[in-house]
Amino acid sequence: MAYSDKVLDHYNNPRNVGALDKTSPRVGTGVVGAPECGDVMKLQIEVEGDRIVDAKFKTFGCGSAIASSSLATEWLKGRTLNEAATIRNTAIVEELSLPPVKIHCSVLAEDAIKAAIADYKQKQAEDEAPHPTARRA
Amino acid sequence: MNTALKLPIYLDYQATTPVDPRVLEAMLPYFRENFGNAASRSHAFGWRAEEAVENAREQVAAAIGATGKEIIFTSGSTEAINLALKGVAEMYASKGKHLVTSLAEHKAVLDTCKHLEKLGCEVTYLKPDKSARISPEQVRAAIRPDTVLVALMWANNEVGTLNPIREIGAVCREKGTLLFSDATQAVGKVSVDVERDHVDLLCLSAHKLYGPKGVGALYVRRKNPRVRLAAQIDGGGHERGMRSGTLNVPGIVGLGQACELARTELAEESARCRALRDHLQQRIEKELGFVELNGHPSERLPGNLNLSFHFVEGESLIMGISDVAVSSGSACTSASLEPSHVLRAMDVGEDLAHSSIRFGIGRFTTREEVDYAAEAVVKAVRRLREMSPLYELAQEGVDLKTIQWQGNH
Ligand SMILES: Cc1ncc(COP(=O)(O)O)c(C=O)c1O
Repeated sequence: MAYSDKVLDHYNNPRNVGALDKTSPRVGTGVVGAPECGDVMKLQIEVEGDRIVDAKFKTFGCGSAIASSSLATEWLKGRTLNEAATIRNTAIVEELSLPPVKIHCSVLAEDAIKAAIADYKQKQAEDEAPHPTARRA
Repeated sequence: MNTALKLPIYLDYQATTPVDPRVLEAMLPYFRENFGNAASRSHAFGWRAEEAVENAREQVAAAIGATGKEIIFTSGSTEAINLALKGVAEMYASKGKHLVTSLAEHKAVLDTCKHLEKLGCEVTYLKPDKSARISPEQVRAAIRPDTVLVALMWANNEVGTLNPIREIGAVCREKGTLLFSDATQAVGKVSVDVERDHVDLLCLSAHKLYGPKGVGALYVRRKNPRVRLAAQIDGGGHERGMRSGTLNVPGIVGLGQACELARTELAEESARCRALRDHLQQRIEKELGFVELNGHPSERLPGNLNLSFHFVEGESLIMGISDVAVSSGSACTSASLEPSHVLRAMDVGEDLAHSSIRFGIGRFTTREEVDYAAEAVVKAVRRLREMSPLYELAQEGVDLKTIQWQGNH
């Protein structure tokens, strides 16, 4: 299979590989996929106010999955949470020229974005709730 | 550095092999001046072609301990498998309609069995052990009075595991059941002798042993017992009516020459490939942890190495070693998007199946190439593990099996 130049570029020079402190209340973490399916994406966002100031990923998966998550982190940085929630897998497919058999990689990236935002929002809700026995130290 | 190294490096010898220059040399006259049709009885062009075909028949027979009359030329192993399975099932239908094979066979065998099932045959698919082997005891237990054929491969194309064909042959002989063996990967790599090993039908393919693509052969035993087949391609009655169609004379000459070389050079070549293969394995395992060997540790093809690299997906690894040509059991590299049925039958685990790479070493592989490949693999695996959330979890001491994964797709 031939890869598009953009997939190759993200594969060879992935943007924002790494990890943020997943215990921080300002960090949302999304992990989607399963090893048995051949793809696992972990995507993290760091939020200030309602704006994403940093994003990191780690991905187990094919080159297109790595490229999709790398691109997602690039797009997330600087966006508000509401803007981030509008990122669609079809935009990723288009940007990376993914062939039909690789569309599931872009779907996974969209799922990872949503999961990271949901995780962040849940943390915020828990923080605001008057919980004397908060789990987080 | 290795300035003499020519890139990309070919390490996929189980997929196909380059034509040996000596094979090509032998073939060329049969494209040029000796272009005759081997079936032309009325002139020297035909006689010369026929002579070359008969010579090749003897060369092929000699490589597997058979006689020339027992060799039928085909377009390759896929066709030979179709002829053997369908031909036996049809010819022996009055004896029974039961066949025995294994889940680790090549698709050519499995899909032919599926076809026979549609026509009313019953097929028992034996489950191989974790190393992809079928035991003689499994075969003994599966054979019934109405079993007409046992079909088991000599060497597995993905993990290189060798079946104990001689012992399986003895069981089949004792039970009076015919044994077909797909020896596509075995001929020229390990010793194959249809008499010693009690095999009744066997296929081989030129392009796996440094011959041209699109030509192969089916061995059909002529005595003790005499095997009969129903032809599957009808026409001019070539190959004693078993396979009609004008013979591919240059291809057959190439197959014969390839078999001749394989027979005379087998011992030396397999020792050389085994040493290179072991070197590759040792180098990788010395540098990397979490590497699993797929297949049997000792009973395997000398030139095959199938490894799973934990926490790294196979296709991404192949991308990372783009100047080394290998293949993967990962779903992502196959048209079907399903991981290898062989690794699945071995219960390797879906995650490790996605992480598998097959390295194939052969006649023209050099030590420099193996060193280059080992370095490239180690580098790429390290880089991809740094990018892998699974590796991160494992480093934190999390057992991946205990995690509830989200999103099955
Ligand atoms: C074990 C095995 N059987 C059958 C085949 C099919 O051979 P051919 O390409 O000659 O049809 C192959 C090769 O692809 C093989 O490895």
